[in-house]
Amino acid sequence: MAAITPVETLIDRLSAGLRENIEAGTLHDPLMVGIHSGGVWVAERLHAKLGLSEPLGKLNIAFYRDDFTHIGLHPQVSPSSLPFDIEGRDIVLVDDVLYTGRTIRAAMNELFDFGRPARVLLAVLYARNGRELPIQADLVGESLTLGRHEHIHLHGPDPLTVTIEQSVED
Amino acid sequence: MAVNFVRPKIPKLASDPWAIQFDSEGRLRHLLTIEGLGPEWVTRILDTAENFMSVTDREVKKVPLLRGRTVVNLFFESSTRTRTTFELAAKRLSADVLNLNISTSAATKGESLLDTLRNIEAMQADMFVVRHDKSGAAHFIARHVAPHVSVLNAGDGRHAHPTQALLDVFTIRRIKGDFTPLRVAIVGDILHSRVARSQIHALNTLNTGEVRVIAPRTLLPADVEKLGVRVFHDMREGLRDVDVVIMLRLQRERMEGGLLPTEQEFFRLYGLTEEKLALARPDAIVMHPGPANRGVEIDSRVADGPQSVILQQVSNGIAVRMAVMALCMARRSEDNA
Repeated sequence: MAAITPVETLIDRLSAGLRENIEAGTLHDPLMVGIHSGGVWVAERLHAKLGLSEPLGKLNIAFYRDDFTHIGLHPQVSPSSLPFDIEGRDIVLVDDVLYTGRTIRAAMNELFDFGRPARVLLAVLYARNGRELPIQADLVGESLTLGRHEHIHLHGPDPLTVTIEQSVED
Repeated sequence: MAVNFVRPKIPKLASDPWAIQFDSEGRLRHLLTIEGLGPEWVTRILDTAENFMSVTDREVKKVPLLRGRTVVNLFFESSTRTRTTFELAAKRLSADVLNLNISTSAATKGESLLDTLRNIEAMQADMFVVRHDKSGAAHFIARHVAPHVSVLNAGDGRHAHPTQALLDVFTIRRIKGDFTPLRVAIVGDILHSRVARSQIHALNTLNTGEVRVIAPRTLLPADVEKLGVRVFHDMREGLRDVDVVIMLRLQRERMEGGLLPTEQEFFRLYGLTEEKLALARPDAIVMHPGPANRGVEIDSRVADGPQSVILQQVSNGIAVRMAVMALCMARRSEDNA
């Protein structure tokens, strides 16, 4: 197992990338939306570091998953909440791990049910191999190449730590 | 994994008649009655409904969970509110909805019902929402549908109306929280009320401190105490210190002479007025499954007053029905293979 960069370092990296975009004018007065649950933890830190004025949005994509008939419906601890109007706004969508791309597809579908943003930018702590959809992140903390049985697990919310675990199945 | 569902010609008399509500893996398949759900499933339905409440606040009031599924509202008895809220719930889950209002003919009912079922099944329906004036109709249909089809009971005779009871406890939970310290009074025509029966089961499943029924002897079932309620015939006594007052609709269309003196007399004894409501706790809420007979079981000033949550019940009913539909449809992976 490869040594992993501390999570806080990656968050600093993402935060710096977002700040650059804001200063360059390519990201205008953004709203931040984290995907439940790991993405929300990462987004909370980014939101604080950037000092965004509007509250953090949270997406729980359980109602938008394409595998809901396989895994069943679990009562969610926290439903989606976007305490702002996303119409015409720049959105920074934040998740912990970008893997197959299915979560991001579901998140974008849900996002558009709240309105029509001007731009959506994707920031992830980790991007790993194994994409099943044509989705890429705009900002990546760290890219990892992992085996099919290896999975990144973010533990949080405080402190944020990461482990790479082997799945026993398949 | 393929599951072979036996379709007995004679109704199966299992030791637990409610077991039919679950599939072979213990997942909710049909919702026919509150009995047999237990606190885990009731709580799970309410928690899921809580999450669906937020869907109403968005620009697109829909989630794609049941996209491509067909829900058939099979109503053998007229209903506006229940049918429309089931329809709206299905549509908010992105299902296609078919409304069939079928008037029952007296003869050859069993056979025509099965024929109707087979025909609708052939239209690739995934869920039947059934209302029927005969107790047990939803159970009967659930025993005869194809393995992938779910059946929701939207009211059968005097037997059960589980989604109404679930939306009622959902409404109470949202306002009052914990059920254990609560006193809840159900008032009026208990005898004819499938709603009351389901409410009593739901409230007791959630360990409500005390469930009271308040009614004249003629409008109470003979063995009502066995359901786990305290019986009052005097409304003023029964309302004392309650946290929730649930008024029932006087089912005039189901009455066979002699049960009631007059509606005026009923209102005097069992109608909810501001003066009688004052006997309950000051923060008591007033509920009614609708449609209310104003001036018969409830005074307009109470129905429209600050303690009334009648309209919240209607909104909550959509989220609760979404939850039940989503949970029943979330189990199809293997059965439908």
